[in-house]
Amino acid sequence: MNYLNEDIDSLNQKLAQGTLEADQLAQDTVANIKQTDDQLNAWITVQEDAKPDQDLDFAHHKLAGIPIAIKDNIITKDVKTTAASHILDNYLPVYDATVIEKLKEAHVTFVGKTNLDEFAMGSSTEHSYFGITHNPWNLDKVPGGSSGGSAVAVASGQVVAALGSDTGGSIRQPAAFNGIFGIKPTYGRVSRWGLIAFASSLDEIGVMSKRAKTSAQVLNVIAGQDEHDSTLSTRAVPDFTRFIGQAVKGMRVAVVKEYLDAVDGDMHDVIEQQIAVLKEAGAIIDEVSLPLTKYVVPDYYIIASSEASSNLQRFDGIRYGYRSKDAKDLLDVYVKSRSEGFGEEVQRRIMLGSFALSAGSYDRFFRQAAKVRTLICQDFDRIFADHDVIVGPTTTTPAFDIGSEIADPIKMYNNDILTISANLAGIPAASVPAGLVDGMPVGLQIMAKRFDEGSIFKVADFIERSNKFYEQTPTGMED
Amino acid sequence: MNFKSTIGFEVHFELKTKSKIFSPSPVSYGAKPNTETNVIDWGMPGVLPYVNKDVYRLGIMVALATHAHILPNTHFDRKNYYYPDSPKAYQITQFFQPLARDGYVEIEVHGKKKRIGIHEMHIEEDAGKNTHGTNGFSYVDLNRQGVPLLEVVSEPEIADPDEGYAYLEKLRKIVQFTGASDVKMEEGSMRVDTNISIRPAGQKELGTKVEMKNLNSFEHVRKSLAYEQKRQEQVLLAGGRVQLSTRRFDDATGKTVLERVKEGDADYRYFPEPDLAPDHISQEWIDEIEQTLPRSAEARYQQYTGEFGLKDYDAEVLLQTKESSDFYDQTVAAGADPQLAANWMNTQVNGYLNDNRVDLADIALTPEHLAAMIKLIKDGTISSKIAKRVFAETVKNGTDPQKFVEDQGMVQLSDTSVLEPMVKEVVDNNPQSVEDFKNGKDRAIGFLVGQIMKQTRGQANPKVINQLLNKELQNR
Repeated sequence: MNYLNEDIDSLNQKLAQGTLEADQLAQDTVANIKQTDDQLNAWITVQEDAKPDQDLDFAHHKLAGIPIAIKDNIITKDVKTTAASHILDNYLPVYDATVIEKLKEAHVTFVGKTNLDEFAMGSSTEHSYFGITHNPWNLDKVPGGSSGGSAVAVASGQVVAALGSDTGGSIRQPAAFNGIFGIKPTYGRVSRWGLIAFASSLDEIGVMSKRAKTSAQVLNVIAGQDEHDSTLSTRAVPDFTRFIGQAVKGMRVAVVKEYLDAVDGDMHDVIEQQIAVLKEAGAIIDEVSLPLTKYVVPDYYIIASSEASSNLQRFDGIRYGYRSKDAKDLLDVYVKSRSEGFGEEVQRRIMLGSFALSAGSYDRFFRQAAKVRTLICQDFDRIFADHDVIVGPTTTTPAFDIGSEIADPIKMYNNDILTISANLAGIPAASVPAGLVDGMPVGLQIMAKRFDEGSIFKVADFIERSNKFYEQTPTGMED
Repeated sequence: MNFKSTIGFEVHFELKTKSKIFSPSPVSYGAKPNTETNVIDWGMPGVLPYVNKDVYRLGIMVALATHAHILPNTHFDRKNYYYPDSPKAYQITQFFQPLARDGYVEIEVHGKKKRIGIHEMHIEEDAGKNTHGTNGFSYVDLNRQGVPLLEVVSEPEIADPDEGYAYLEKLRKIVQFTGASDVKMEEGSMRVDTNISIRPAGQKELGTKVEMKNLNSFEHVRKSLAYEQKRQEQVLLAGGRVQLSTRRFDDATGKTVLERVKEGDADYRYFPEPDLAPDHISQEWIDEIEQTLPRSAEARYQQYTGEFGLKDYDAEVLLQTKESSDFYDQTVAAGADPQLAANWMNTQVNGYLNDNRVDLADIALTPEHLAAMIKLIKDGTISSKIAKRVFAETVKNGTDPQKFVEDQGMVQLSDTSVLEPMVKEVVDNNPQSVEDFKNGKDRAIGFLVGQIMKQTRGQANPKVINQLLNKELQNR
């Protein structure tokens, strides 16, 4: 079956009533993925023998028996986890990520692992060892990245929800490009144990789905409590679904001038229109300025690449994954395995990060970047002192053509200018469908202060209810 | 030409925690390769470290014992490098903000006291261990990966090998008596790297330094430094230049051998460890730890030689290890006479440990039992000869001395109402001895004492018998 018109509540109801069998649901899901994925290439691994748990308790577990897609940089025990890299293309983990453990406790059905930019580095899912993923709205367009596979799996109706990871916008940008909801929670809200690290201080696991409520239900399961991650917050996790269906009247909404200025034409109009809807509903709209916005891209690429250069050192051809066949000594194993095993984009960032951290450059690059990051955090604190949320565009353009930007890394990096700040500041942020521009979806980004995902769900759900984008189905797939 | 030496030390201590610094794997010495590891130690993709807070506690103990200033805000950093024994390809250490700075150790060399500064001490994780097989393969044991280390970096204020030796001895003693580390060089729980440079007297800037890593005894440290001092002098006197290098000490020849020349420092690309939240070390916590800090060797020495009146030698033997000093203190605390307790510790107990190659922790003897036995000797209940039998039993089987002595009927016979008739009888039966005594032959008494001992199977108190015999013989 496909999930274009389903959400967790309706599936749960059918399962509980017995009009739908969990076994059948799993088989149908796999069958549908196999049927549609030739066009999309959203999956790296499909678990053809996917089976739900025995004795599912549908009354207590909303997610019981429901298939969910997992981005392939999240560790799954005994299921190949590749990070879309040649260097890990045969890696079979011996443990589960905390989010997977939690989903198992909720009796979710696992159907496989989705495609991504290698090690989550990229904004187009063109940088995967397993090939390019295609946007279901137009197969010639990129799905965005790095969680492109997860976004497409949801948008095309292959699954009802998917886990992604977001280091600089990797959940929100593909959500926007595919016309779905995607949330990056507060840094420290969801355990990173078992997420193959790209940039540890920025990485966050999040959720993608057609409806905000579905993501709230999944986030309820995966958030909080894990002794494995010392950067995880100990604060209590609220029931995120209680923010669904609430009014936005009286909410204080900031609109960042620099963000709005970054988009033009039809896209600008679509975003302004959504802001107008909020205003009409009684939200108080203020224009604010974040003058440091122009520095976020270079700031991000120094910090993210530096951490990545270190995090990826363990992939050296010795313990797991790909090892070069013709290495002659130890150094040769390292150099050849890494040169052959890592793709170009990953190598570029390792080089960039290694340079930024080197003895002669640390003070000029990494230390400066860390200072700028602190200033960016302070700017957000200032805005959130008297605003509940910031809204604006998620991306500067709708999905671009496959191949159009891959040769120009700087242009590709600059695409992330609107999403990166939330990662640098560790605040929660989401993208909710705002409308179509030239037949392609665009997203409205909603940010809130740390640990206030509730306000994001409130606004996102309101936008959803007013524009009913979820009723639209992707137009690019051939029958 | 006169030269001045500058010597510095980097000493690594393994901190005595139950589990590793960033993983729940146990820490013990001598386990089978790779049996004490988990996914964190293996650096599997997706794993995260988690700080074992006990590491801070032990580190703070050493910092307090060396008068160092503990930094309130501490965080870990990454030191990046590729090496087969380091699965993550970086070491988590403290680079930007160590645990503590500006401490010192007081040494005494040739009667002169001197303070050697401690630049800093930081906490870090150990790496695994490589072994190279004869079959062309190398093997890695990751049991040691993640064992917590405290690295103590001295100021380059050490002027000669004797001072260096004294510094290491003192530092080891200080750390040992905090209980934070086993300080066993042979087991690698204390590891010493040293460096030395020389310069002509009067020259301000330091000379080029030579490093020597992993020296495995204090004697090697002293010999290698002495050798290097002379070698570098000769190089300079011959108009040469000392190379920035790492050298190894060859025990067989007593010389140092060039290992590798450094062309510059490796670039470790340090940066703050993003997987660990910073930790705050509060003054309250430091105060709390200070309360639990065991007494230093120095304080114990003062008490032993002062209050207890022990000889220097006895005190020093007791202070050889924290375990023996603790055992001694507990024995005294249980009521034993300090001098007798020291005698027993340093002769019988040590003798037993040496003969059986065991530690205090391995034997059945408790300080309470040793104290009980010493009390029995002191109050004349048992003779020192019997005490040896009691000791042999207690040390082996952990038997309570009091109970053992009673059960075995070993209590010394001092009751004059019992002994007097025996004395009379023995004198009656040996008229020749009475004669001898009158003629001034002292050994007559010895013979009579022996007779009574025989009758009582050694339990008669010789002192009492002597008195009674003298009285009896005078009256004849």
